[in-house]
Amino acid sequence: MEYFDTLIVILQSTVRVSVPLILAALAGLYSERSGIFDIGLEGKMLAAAFAGGAAAAVTGSALIGLGAAILVSVFLALVHAFASITQRGNQIVSGVAINFIALGATVILGQAWFRQGGRTPQLGEGARFSTVELPFAAEIANVPILGPIYSNLLSGHFLLTYLAFALVPFTWWVLYRTRFGLRLRAVGENPGAVDTAGISVTWMRYRAVICCGILCGIAGAYLSMAMTAGFVKGMTAGKGFIALAALIFAKWKPVNVMFACLLFGFLDAMSIRMQGNELPLIGEVPVQFMQALPYVLTVVLLAGFIGKAIPPKAGGVPYVKER
Amino acid sequence: MSAPYAKLPAWVDYGLIPLINLVVAFLVAGLVVLAVGESPLRAAALLIEGAFGYGEGIGFTLYYATNFIFTGLAVAVAFHCGLFNIGGEGQAYVAGLGVALPILWLDQIMPWYVVFPAAIVGSAIAGAAWAFIPGWLQAKRGSHVVITTIMFNFIASSVMVYLLVDVLKPAGSMAPQTRTFAEGGQLPRLDWLLAIFGLDIGGAPFNLSFLLALVAAFVVWLVIWRTKLGYEIRTMGHSPKAARYAGIKESRIVIITMLMSGGLAGMMALNPIMGDQHRMALDFVAGAGFVGIAVALMGRSHPVGIVPAAILFGMLYQGGAEISFEMPQISRDMITIIQGLVILFAGAMENMFRPAITTFFATLGGARDAKPAPAVE
Repeated sequence: MEYFDTLIVILQSTVRVSVPLILAALAGLYSERSGIFDIGLEGKMLAAAFAGGAAAAVTGSALIGLGAAILVSVFLALVHAFASITQRGNQIVSGVAINFIALGATVILGQAWFRQGGRTPQLGEGARFSTVELPFAAEIANVPILGPIYSNLLSGHFLLTYLAFALVPFTWWVLYRTRFGLRLRAVGENPGAVDTAGISVTWMRYRAVICCGILCGIAGAYLSMAMTAGFVKGMTAGKGFIALAALIFAKWKPVNVMFACLLFGFLDAMSIRMQGNELPLIGEVPVQFMQALPYVLTVVLLAGFIGKAIPPKAGGVPYVKER
Repeated sequence: MSAPYAKLPAWVDYGLIPLINLVVAFLVAGLVVLAVGESPLRAAALLIEGAFGYGEGIGFTLYYATNFIFTGLAVAVAFHCGLFNIGGEGQAYVAGLGVALPILWLDQIMPWYVVFPAAIVGSAIAGAAWAFIPGWLQAKRGSHVVITTIMFNFIASSVMVYLLVDVLKPAGSMAPQTRTFAEGGQLPRLDWLLAIFGLDIGGAPFNLSFLLALVAAFVVWLVIWRTKLGYEIRTMGHSPKAARYAGIKESRIVIITMLMSGGLAGMMALNPIMGDQHRMALDFVAGAGFVGIAVALMGRSHPVGIVPAAILFGMLYQGGAEISFEMPQISRDMITIIQGLVILFAGAMENMFRPAITTFFATLGGARDAKPAPAVE
């Protein structure tokens, strides 16, 4: 029973840390499926976390915070779109630039506005998201096995958590069952064909990048307004890149994205849990090994040793209309 | 792409347009300073005063510039082959091992001029080795080098933390760093070089690796523009198809380019470890690998452009530290913003002002058959 309780605890923190990964990776999915590579997920998430934390601290409203987070993230997404779609610039370079601008600006503005060393003020009740209890969670908590699973693992999360998981099937539905999704995928594989059909490649890609901005905004808001109560300097700490790794690991498919993020989240939760503890049989595993594992796995996958990750065909290539 | 832009005079292409992009980047940075409630003009004055106003400032500026010359060259060499090596940070970090291990072995028995070559070779090999895997994966398995080098940055960071905390730290010490090197592991400073100009570098760690960086810049120019290998690299970068038809072995060129790039990034580790701190500490690279991206873009991937671009960023680092004394609102993080803006305007949006400038020169040139730039969709 003790092992079971530990497992529930680890799985619960897996869900907690996976949510921003899922949101950011889905964000990347929309963008990259339309042919716009985005390594600026990290920067957008960070800027959104800051905007959310700052706006919520000032107004005392979590919803306004969420709105500000989404706005800032969409703005940065539009900068990326302008550089890589309209200006036909290098998408990687643009993504790198956005990461740096967000990293620097969040600290400079945070220090100027709140003077707490780059933090935003601690958020009180109402200014941050609170957890929701599913119905009957308390009543069936004592039922063996099912009780803890329902009331500890499934219940007691933030609304944003349920939203993130709901977005997975929703994204699948959008991409594979709607006209918008079909065109979005087509524009990432063969923009010339889409253009011939009389659909604007530019507008299509802009919309995909805006979707990416919205989801990154939600991911950022989750970090600073749900997971913790306030923004801390550099709080994304590479989560954007883990999400990118998960996106590749999932071969750019929505449901796989969720599983990849849960896997990487699980590794993260395990590494926190295992600090100083010894594993049976293996002994103590260095924390750094667990932290590096998602990246190592992604490289191994990219190398084609476990299946093959094939990116959208037109990814990274600016579209030039025939003249 | 069907040649979208009309040809411009070389001085416009390599001088005016980069300059305009840079000015725009700094104007936007000025807006951020304004938003914080300080005067951008005073900040700029403080910046220049702090970086060039006195001997020690110049020493620090050139010390930082040394790092950026190496990492800028590393990114540039890869650019010439059409590769984007974002992994300079990780390659330099791992190359710290290539510097520190020979020094730890030799520093008590050999003078610095024996240890230095060993450390150079060590750093280049270690950096190149860390770049080899992404290069090999790109060449043989088609894994995108951008993604693998990002992943390798994180892996490098984990590996180095593990090594410094659990392996290299001397027994009984708390700080995660190697022991301090003896005399043989310390590079001489270049105080005499600035003394020629009547400047006293004071405590600035401006050292011999600056000259090595200049040599590296010259060698890169020589290799890229004056050898068969360089020609093949540039052909690959311009048109992989043409390279294939010309019988150039693609995978060989990709791997060699990544080795060169990694080696150059790796040599950056000499400057902080052997030239300044005289020990290897956690996170000694401190973002220099990423600054290299901005430097290479600004310098148009040419050593003649990279050296001044590196000095400009050295100035930002040193002068930025000075600003933060006077204006506590503007910390080092301001540099990160400027770096991002430079990458954005000089890199991703480098052609934003080109149509306007082309039209301007077309009207100047009158009837000359410069095609007008097409409207941007």
